Amino acid sequence: MSDPGNLAYTLHVNGAPHDVRDAWVGESLLFVLRERLGLMGSKGACEQGECGSCSVLVDGNLVCSCLVLAAGAVGQDIVTIEGISPGAPSDVQQAFVDAGAVQCGFCTPGLVMAAHSLLDRSPDPSELEIREELSGNICRCTGYGRIIDAVQRVAVARRSAS
Amino acid sequence: MSVLVPTSLDGALQALADHPDATVLAGGTDLMVEFNGGHRRPSDVVVVNRVPELCTWRHDPATSTLRIGAAVTYAEIESEPIATWVPALAQAARTVGSPQIRHAATIGGNVGTCSPAGDGLPVLAALDALVELTSAAGVRTVPFAEFMVGPKRTTRAAGELITAVTVPVLDGWQGYTKVGVRNAMVIATASVALAVSNADRRVALALGSVGPTILRCPEAEAFAAEHADFAAGRLAADAVAACSELVRDTARPIDDHRSSADYRRHAVGVLAGRLLRRAFPHE
Repeated sequence: MSDPGNLAYTLHVNGAPHDVRDAWVGESLLFVLRERLGLMGSKGACEQGECGSCSVLVDGNLVCSCLVLAAGAVGQDIVTIEGISPGAPSDVQQAFVDAGAVQCGFCTPGLVMAAHSLLDRSPDPSELEIREELSGNICRCTGYGRIIDAVQRVAVARRSAS
Repeated sequence: MSVLVPTSLDGALQALADHPDATVLAGGTDLMVEFNGGHRRPSDVVVVNRVPELCTWRHDPATSTLRIGAAVTYAEIESEPIATWVPALAQAARTVGSPQIRHAATIGGNVGTCSPAGDGLPVLAALDALVELTSAAGVRTVPFAEFMVGPKRTTRAAGELITAVTVPVLDGWQGYTKVGVRNAMVIATASVALAVSNADRRVALALGSVGPTILRCPEAEAFAAEHADFAAGRLAADAVAACSELVRDTARPIDDHRSSADYRRHAVGVLAGRLLRRAFPHE
């Protein structure tokens, strides 16, 4: 993916414009985020949409950034893990810490994005719904139990706060 | 080398007319895998999932049809109201990848890639869907069976854009089922779609991943229609078994890295039997 390229375009990431220069046509959004914009929170592993560790929001939809053509995302609103809650942990991030839902941490950014996406659309998800919604994020450490626990903690906390 | 992101159908058609050999990209869930892996080196790319005309669907009660724009995602297809009109397509959509994949992947992309393992395709075949192709020269519609001519081979011409698929809204039970190595995030090892039309007293069966194209099962369909009591939802157990056998005989599977031909042939028979039992719950 280090091909020379001639593309120049601007992406809107975490509320700010980011200029991309000398890019190759086929670069994925994940590659551009990490290698050109220095946003290392989204992780790259499978490069084929199977692991979910590169999950970001594009116009509010949770997608795998490795499967988004970066130059095709011009004009779209991109939110990465860095933009979820700048400066302090989000409730989901804090719940992951509190529930012990993090071991090696590689999958965590993608899972946090997926958990935010789920809880913003469905404030009271069943365990089945959580499992289904997180099925695109693979964790090889925790076995998922504590991750589901973290999501349920946020759902409870948000309901009691509202 | 360019990436064009048209925001109107006219703009997309113009981009394709200017770059007839351009790679058309919708959700990217197939193509980006090839780009990332270095299996395909695109020069010009036309991104079509920002074209509003391709992102809408239209239900026509007068003709009992649903026209689904090519860039409608599987996340929308698995949801209401499309799920009510074409339940089998919604079931197929639910089996595609993960939520992340379904938010991006489009019906038009599934049709354009035209893999025999494409989850939407057996449903489109069973429903005799029409594929709408548009170019600067005009619009033509092609029955799905004539559109797909081989593994990832279609009759789409250079400069043509898949703009929609149109399916009938039927009055009978329909479903889709597949087997793979696990439940989530899996490519079909074998798949079957079944659609019943009570008004026409017809049963349609289509098989995925067991041939170079999606295979319809005319013998099994005729046998089922002849022996079924459509009003009572009744089909005798021995008739279901006979249909399964006919389905197995129709399959033309191969051995490959995902499975063996023997297993695939067995699996489509089992899956067809399950769907027939759901469609006709009484023996």
